[in-house]
Formats: sequence, structure tokens, C-alpha cells
Amino acid sequence: MDFNDTAAEAEYRATVRAWLEANADEYREPPATPWKLDEFIARSKAWQAKKFAAGYTGITWPKAFGGQGLGPMQSIIYGQEEGRFHAPSGLYSIGLGMCIPTVFTHGNPEVAARYVPKALVGDEVWCQLFSEPAAGSDLAGIRTKAVKDGDDWIIDGQKVWTSFAHASDYGIVVCRTDPSKPKHKGLTMFIVDMKAPGMEVRGIKQMSGGSDFNEVFFNNVRVPDAWRLGAEGDGWKVALTTLMHERLAVGGKPKHAPGYATLMKLAKGVEAPNGGPAIEAGDVRQRIAQSYINDEGIKLTQLRALSALSKGEMPGPEQSISKVVVAKTMQEMAAFALDLAGGDGFVTEGADPELDKLQGSYLWSAGLRIAGGTDEILRNIIAERVLGLPGDLRPDKDKPFNAAA
Amino acid sequence: MNFDFSDDAKALGDQAKKLFADKAGTSAARKAMAKDAPAFDAALWAEIAALGWTAARVPEAHGGLGMSAEESCMLAEAAGGSLACVPLVSTLLATEALLMAGNEAQQAKYFPGIADGSCIAVVAWNEPGSANPQALSVSAEANTLNGVKAPVADLAGAQLAIVAAAGADGPSLWLVDLAAAKVETLETMDLVRRHGRLTLNGVAAEPLGSSADYQLWLDRAAVILAYEAIGTATSAMAMTVEYAKTRVAFGQTIGRYQGVKHKCADMYIKIELARAHALHGIAMISSNGAELRQAAAAARVASLDAASFCGEEAVQLHGGIGFTWESDCQFYYRRARTLSAALGGRGWWADRLVRALELRNRAAA
Repeated sequence: MDFNDTAAEAEYRATVRAWLEANADEYREPPATPWKLDEFIARSKAWQAKKFAAGYTGITWPKAFGGQGLGPMQSIIYGQEEGRFHAPSGLYSIGLGMCIPTVFTHGNPEVAARYVPKALVGDEVWCQLFSEPAAGSDLAGIRTKAVKDGDDWIIDGQKVWTSFAHASDYGIVVCRTDPSKPKHKGLTMFIVDMKAPGMEVRGIKQMSGGSDFNEVFFNNVRVPDAWRLGAEGDGWKVALTTLMHERLAVGGKPKHAPGYATLMKLAKGVEAPNGGPAIEAGDVRQRIAQSYINDEGIKLTQLRALSALSKGEMPGPEQSISKVVVAKTMQEMAAFALDLAGGDGFVTEGADPELDKLQGSYLWSAGLRIAGGTDEILRNIIAERVLGLPGDLRPDKDKPFNAAA
Repeated sequence: MNFDFSDDAKALGDQAKKLFADKAGTSAARKAMAKDAPAFDAALWAEIAALGWTAARVPEAHGGLGMSAEESCMLAEAAGGSLACVPLVSTLLATEALLMAGNEAQQAKYFPGIADGSCIAVVAWNEPGSANPQALSVSAEANTLNGVKAPVADLAGAQLAIVAAAGADGPSLWLVDLAAAKVETLETMDLVRRHGRLTLNGVAAEPLGSSADYQLWLDRAAVILAYEAIGTATSAMAMTVEYAKTRVAFGQTIGRYQGVKHKCADMYIKIELARAHALHGIAMISSNGAELRQAAAAARVASLDAASFCGEEAVQLHGGIGFTWESDCQFYYRRARTLSAALGGRGWWADRLVRALELRNRAAA
């Protein structure tokens, strides 16, 4: 048993590392103040173009679509190495991670030939328009409708929780095209021009105070039938393949989020209720241990998956525990740590950087427990797909969508 | 990267699970509950020895197969999953101690018997009135031991005990020939695995390694025991999931209800977290890695959490039938406490984990 790269992996890593050393010099340290959106987008585009020129984009994609035709390990190794720097990331993760693979898998070849290269080089940014106000956990409950009009479709409705919609040129959208069919059967996926007449993007202000997502309104937005992805009525199947591309991307604890080490550091400087440093208190030590077990347990579970990929095998189902553990652990640890700091943990004005991070983490974790599958949906998935328990009772499943309650 | 069991270890684990499925399991455990039942299943023990499982970790020079810690862990998981009424895990823990800390003469004396199954070796660690593996009242003086060890798993029928005792430079391990010691049975919450009380009144003992070896053995033992606990937890989960697929209430199988299925999912989550840390523990044993202390402690805590949770929720999800004497749920429910008592409880190991992290931080500073 070992944690070493194979010879081929080590060689690839060395090449990547040398390239990053030579090209990512300006990103050795995080920016002193966070970039404003315009600067973030400009830097993201420049960095993506640089990566494209060097062959570090679309690493696992087929060569026919401009990819490198390499395996998942190479993509993971590149990600690990780039992760040692603070280059702008995230703007393309949904577009290139989920949207564009759907476009070249299900789109018509001319359309793919037009859009895939520009996305890969970073000229055009893509977003994913799936969730709706009434279609969150129950994603197939989509109400945004697309109606055929000659060779076009007219889209009306509303999407929500769309990342980077305001910075995107195009998106992929799932619409209801046949409300007389059962909910999973009447959906179709399309490409949409985010700048088209009738599109309106509004930022959502989250309870954490930030604005990382958008609402997107469609008012008679026209898309050509050539932009359809997959057959009419196959939108659900196509969406599942899109979401499959997300699986490998589902990470552990967000990179800079506080963890057990933060709690240890904090507990050294705080006095316990019974006197003495909090780090010596039994309940604090139990909490540190639990935090370590959960966060590091997920990291180690991901190493199990990498090991399988490295051997050319499929990762086991244990990957499915990641987000449900990480999000709740983040919330519990942050609450415990803030309480430990007493009034100081509660005051935001002039808070020291560690406490500020913990406050941010506590607020953000409430969203993380919902985003990309709620704790409850993820437990359903583990119980049904891994343990083989029967599915939830879904009374609307086989009824025509427009006849269901 | 190779963060997984070897194919050989997996094959041995599969073989062990298959044999135990036939010859151990809950129906055998139920027979073992009888007051007049033998201390362990001698026929199954003979079969295990003939298959070379007791010899797996013993060096080839001493009549063994020279296998790695991976094989010991696979065997422990299979034994834990089947509740097998054989002193296999005790012998694996003793073998690890003798392998790490035994001198040539000690290994030559005891390993051949362990390998062929004729010498059953157990670990005498617990003491009445203490739950701290560092604060032992049994003491060693001039190669004799004095004090009481209890409860000791698999004591009746064993020939050799590895005894933890306080010495001049801290606690360490000692070899005790049980022919010379007073062995009594001791009833515990576990009705299947027999435990005993070992009274040492100036009993002759040989030192087995140093106090540093004892610390290292605690870590390795924690990893092996984690796999036993993972096996037990997994069987409790499997039994519960099967029940949830067939039991009908309010017109549908109860596995459809989120109140039921989410608990099953939580069983799986706790088991997989324990597996991740336990696997890390084996990787650290194999490489003599610096992270063994933290990996072992995390594996111990996470596996005890998994075994307790699965045992408790197995009864709960079975409902009234799960609380009856006739239900197999009680085996897992009770075994969780056996596992916790085997080598220092959750609290002690959680503290050891944080201590290891503090040491690492100090070294990095």
C-alpha cells in the first residue's frame, strides 16, 4: 500500500509542476484583497487561454473535441498541482465540467463544432439552468416551458440558483415541452444565448450577505431547434448525464474553510468554563477528534477513489458520503468554535481573521447543506442506490404533469 | 497510488467470510449462548488453523505464512461480521505483539504453536477499576506479575497471555504462561464471547519488548480491532436493510420511509468513515508511517461509533421484534460494548488522537 504516483503519473505531475512554476508565478499568494467581478473574469479568461495553449484544458475530453484524450488521473493531478497556486478558478468549472460535455455528447455536430472550441479556450462562459423555485430537490418538477414555433422554440419561465449567469454567454436549460406527459418524460434540454432578447438575470442576495447565484427569467426567449440537446422528451436522461460529469468534481471540505486545525488553534487561546485552556477540556478534545474524523475521513475516502482510478477501476459507492458529511461537519464545528470564543465569536465588527472565517463558514454551511443535493436527498441516494432500499413513494410520478396535484 | 487491500488479502477475506457464513453467524452464536456451551467452537478453530489463518501473520521462519497486517485485518473483519465463536481476533492481537516486540527466543518458543493453532494467545489488558491503558495497577517486579486482569476476552482455553503491566519506565507487555496463573470465568454483557478474570499472584512473566513497543502495539491493535468493529457494524446494517426491505407497515415496506432509510444511510456513512481511517492505519503499519498514531486512534473511535450506532439502530428499526430475546439484534447491540471494552474506550482514544495531532503540530512548528 502506498500513496505514490505511478511512473507515468509522476512524469505528468513533473511536467505540470514545471509549467505552473514557469507560468503561475503571479498566483503564488492569494490576492491581498479579493478581486472584483470584472477583474476576476478578466484574469480567469487570461489564465484559461494560457492553459489552453499549453494543453491543460479538456484533459479527459476526446481529441476530436479539442481535448487531450487523457485519463481522469491526469485531470486530477493537474487539479492538485494548480491547487497549490491561487490562480482564478471556478468561472469555467460548471461550463467545462458539465455543460460542454453535454453539448458534445448530445448536441448536433455543427453546433458542437461552433461552441466547444470557444468554450475551451475560455472566450465564452457557460452556465447551467436546471433548478427552479418549485424544482429543487424534486428537479423533474420543472415548469419553465418551451413551445415549438416553426424551426424555433419559445421559452418562458424562471430558473434559480444559477452560478455565474451574469458572467455567462451561453447556458444549457431544461424545459417542459410536453406537460401532458409524466414529469420525467416531457422535458427537453436546449442551449440558450444568455444575451438573447427576453433574458433577464438578477442576483440573489444570500442569508450570508454575499451574492454568488442568480435568478434567470425567460420572457419569450427564442432558440433554434438546432440548439436542442438530445431528442424531444429526453431532457431528463440528458440532464442525468450532465450531472454524472459532476460526480468526480464533488469535493471534500472547501479548500480554505476552517477545520479541526482552526478549532485546535482557537482552543489554545480561550479559557474553559472550569478554568484552564479550553484545549485541555474533555468536550473540546472530543469535538476536535470528531471534526478530524469527519473531514480527514472524507479526504481518505477520496484517496480510495483516486487509487481505483489510478488502477483503471471505477471508484466505489463510498464517494456518495462526501458532501453530506462535509457540510454538516462544517456547520457543527463552526458553531462549536464560535460558542467557545464566547461574545468575541459573536461580534463581527473588528473580528480577528480566524473568527471572521468561522462566522463566514457557519453562515455558508447552511447553504452547502442544500446546494447540489440536500442532506436529505443525499441520504435517500445512499439508501436507495447503495443499500438497495425501495424508492420514496412518489404519487405524481406516472401522472401527466398537468394533471398532478 | 495504491490505497486499497492487495488482491491476496481480499481473497483471504472472501474465503474467511464464506467459511464463517457457513460455520459461524448468528445461529452458531445463539448456540454459544447456552450456559454449558464450550468456551469456543473447537471444530471451527481446528479448521481455521488448518487453513493457515492463525499462521497468516507469523513469520515463515517460525512456521507461518509471513503475511502482512492487511491479512490480519481482513480476518478480523470477517470474524467481527460473523460473531465467530473462536479466539481469532485475540490471537491476531497477540501475534502482532509478539511480531513487533518479541525477541528471537520468544518468537521461536511461541510462534510455531500459534501458527498451528495449538497455542491460543490472548491479550490481558483491562483491569478492575480502571479504563486508562496508561495507568495500570498490575505491576511487574523481578519478572513476576501481581494484580488482577479482567475482563479478558477468550481467556478460558487459552495457553498464553500477553499482559499489560506497569514497569519501571512505564507500562509494557509481558508474556505469561497461563498454566501457572489463576483463571476464572467472568460473566459480561456479551453472551457469546467468553471472558475471564486473570489473577496474577507473583506469577512468572517474561518482558515482551519496551514501553515504546507497548505504545506502538496499542496503535496496531486499534487498527485490527477497528476492522473487527467494522465487520460487526456492517452485519448489523445488512440485517437491518434486509428487514427494511420486507417489513410492511402502513401499506408499504418500511424501507420507503425516510425516517427508516436515513438511519440506514447514516449506518453506511459511519462505517465508511471508519473504513477510511482503518485503511489509513494499515497503510501506516505497512510503511512504518509517522501518521500511525492518529490514524489508529481515528479508526478506533470511528469504528466504535459505527458499531454502537448500527447495533442500537438495528434494534430500533426492527421495532418490538428487535427487542426480543429471540431476535439476533441483541448480538450486535451487546457486541458493541464488548468492542468498546476491548482496548480503552472511545473517550481515551479520542484524547489520544488529539494528543497525536498536538505532537505533530509541535513538530511542524
